[in-house]
Amino acid sequence: MAKTSDLDVAYVARLARLDLTNAETALFQRQLGDVLRYAEKLCEVDVSHVEAAAHAVPIFNVFREDEPRDWFTAEQALSNAPRQANGLFIVTKVVE
Amino acid sequence: MTGKDLPALNIADLQSLLRRREVSPREVIYVLRARIQDVDGEIDAYLSHDFEAAAKEAEKANVDLPLGGVPIAIKDIISVAGEPCTCASKILHGYRAPYDATVIRKLRAAGAIPFGKTNMDEFAMGSSTENSAMKLTRNPWDLSRVPGGSSGGSAAAVAADEAFGGLGTDTGGSIRQPAALSGIVGLKPTYGRVSRFGVVAFASSLDQVGPLTKTVRDSALIMNAIAGHDLQETTSLNEPVPDYSAGLGRDLRGVRLGLAKEYMIEGADPQVKAAIDAAVKHLNSLGADIVDVSLPHTDYATAVYYILATAEASANLARFDGVRYGHRAENPKDLLDHYGRTRGEGFGPEVKRRIILGTYVLSSGYYDAYYLRAQKVRELIRQDFAKAFEKVDALVSPTSPMPAFKFGERTTEPLHMYLADIFTSPANLAGICGISVPCGFADADGRRLPIGLQLLGKALDEARILQIAHAYEKSTDWHKARPPIAAAIHKA
Repeated sequence: MAKTSDLDVAYVARLARLDLTNAETALFQRQLGDVLRYAEKLCEVDVSHVEAAAHAVPIFNVFREDEPRDWFTAEQALSNAPRQANGLFIVTKVVE
Repeated sequence: MTGKDLPALNIADLQSLLRRREVSPREVIYVLRARIQDVDGEIDAYLSHDFEAAAKEAEKANVDLPLGGVPIAIKDIISVAGEPCTCASKILHGYRAPYDATVIRKLRAAGAIPFGKTNMDEFAMGSSTENSAMKLTRNPWDLSRVPGGSSGGSAAAVAADEAFGGLGTDTGGSIRQPAALSGIVGLKPTYGRVSRFGVVAFASSLDQVGPLTKTVRDSALIMNAIAGHDLQETTSLNEPVPDYSAGLGRDLRGVRLGLAKEYMIEGADPQVKAAIDAAVKHLNSLGADIVDVSLPHTDYATAVYYILATAEASANLARFDGVRYGHRAENPKDLLDHYGRTRGEGFGPEVKRRIILGTYVLSSGYYDAYYLRAQKVRELIRQDFAKAFEKVDALVSPTSPMPAFKFGERTTEPLHMYLADIFTSPANLAGICGISVPCGFADADGRRLPIGLQLLGKALDEARILQIAHAYEKSTDWHKARPPIAAAIHKA
């Protein structure tokens, strides 16, 4: 298992697109270090012959009929938009 | 019975009055609103309630339906069309759900009236409701203590008689633990038994919706309404739904109850231990056989839980990007700034902590060491339960290692709060069902604090644990005790 000193909160926060204050970064660095040290106990378990369980109940390939039905109107879908115009979400510029 | 006493009733008793036309659904809504106005200033269980909408629905309520005319409080993570659904987070401030969750649709079909959205830990992350970005909810038994969490608002509302029953969600104990700390009944159904469609996702392989009620019978009544297959949810189980009320009243002769030696942890409150010991003796005197079992991987459950739950949460919460709904940062200078500040401003500390942890355990180089290993240990925990259930019908344990704690007592070190889930999170990891019922009181500073007994059943065996819980409840008086804030109306 990786050494918990590897955790770089500032770097992970960038991956997560989550701005943290310096105080939050320092606090989480210490607190999550404790949590990860606690999680090291999982190294004790022999898992060499175990299949990983994504879900407790195995369910695969669930389909329903591909039929049109009543659902949101465009107006409803936009009803919570922070910015909208002409039936569209207004987003922050993504191209130069 | 005068109108003022109505809120003290459980759902089954309220229904009798409604069906005998001794009270109308409309009166019930008015009386409940008055009760909320009387006590919620002290409890702060609710984030919002739409009285007009509920009163309108009450006008056309059919009291002969299974939950006809019964108001139900809804955790603010479940979508009720036209009402706020904030998850107690600033990032969803002002958001209104455009549609009903499947559980709400089913409650309405059974005649129930969703009334009031209840406080919770932000995005259901927590065990005390202290992580709400909106307000603190107080425990009706002692206003200086937490009601448990994350469904603390629903639990406190039911305990304080400002709701007849409520819905919560349980990812690692968030229905059962607040039920225990608030002195009521909380059921976490089997994974897949109740649809999560329209419920904001926290950890998708663990989340379940379930009832918080004053009695076991009421829990069964709500389960009858909300359980079942949903084509709109891929993890929903396509299995027949039994009548959960039908087995209530059966005795415990021949029922085998397991005691796991790994649940006899040091550090559990001695008063909790004593109450559970007494409850086990009582169940034995009712005819149940008590069998020792072993769940050898119990000690790893909390670590597995916090790796898997945070990993799933970091992915689920990626949708809060300030584009289609929710908070958006002002004047972003580019897209990264838009995302980073929107999320930095919108999420509270515990949610941020978990996004960081979850992102880390999924990141390149650490995935195998943490996430994959945790999934494998999860499988071993699941197998522990499967083996135990070859020998017993249900398992018995405390719901929480301690009764309600004081505000701030466990917030400084997240790990301390995480260990509060030690008896509850294994059931989520294994996908099985569990229920908490009142089984005694601890004395603290001259106050009585409720203790919860947890019964765990195998997958889809809700009817069995309800039956056992009901036999226990019927032969004890714990559930009849009321917190000081509710006792006044019971005496009136």
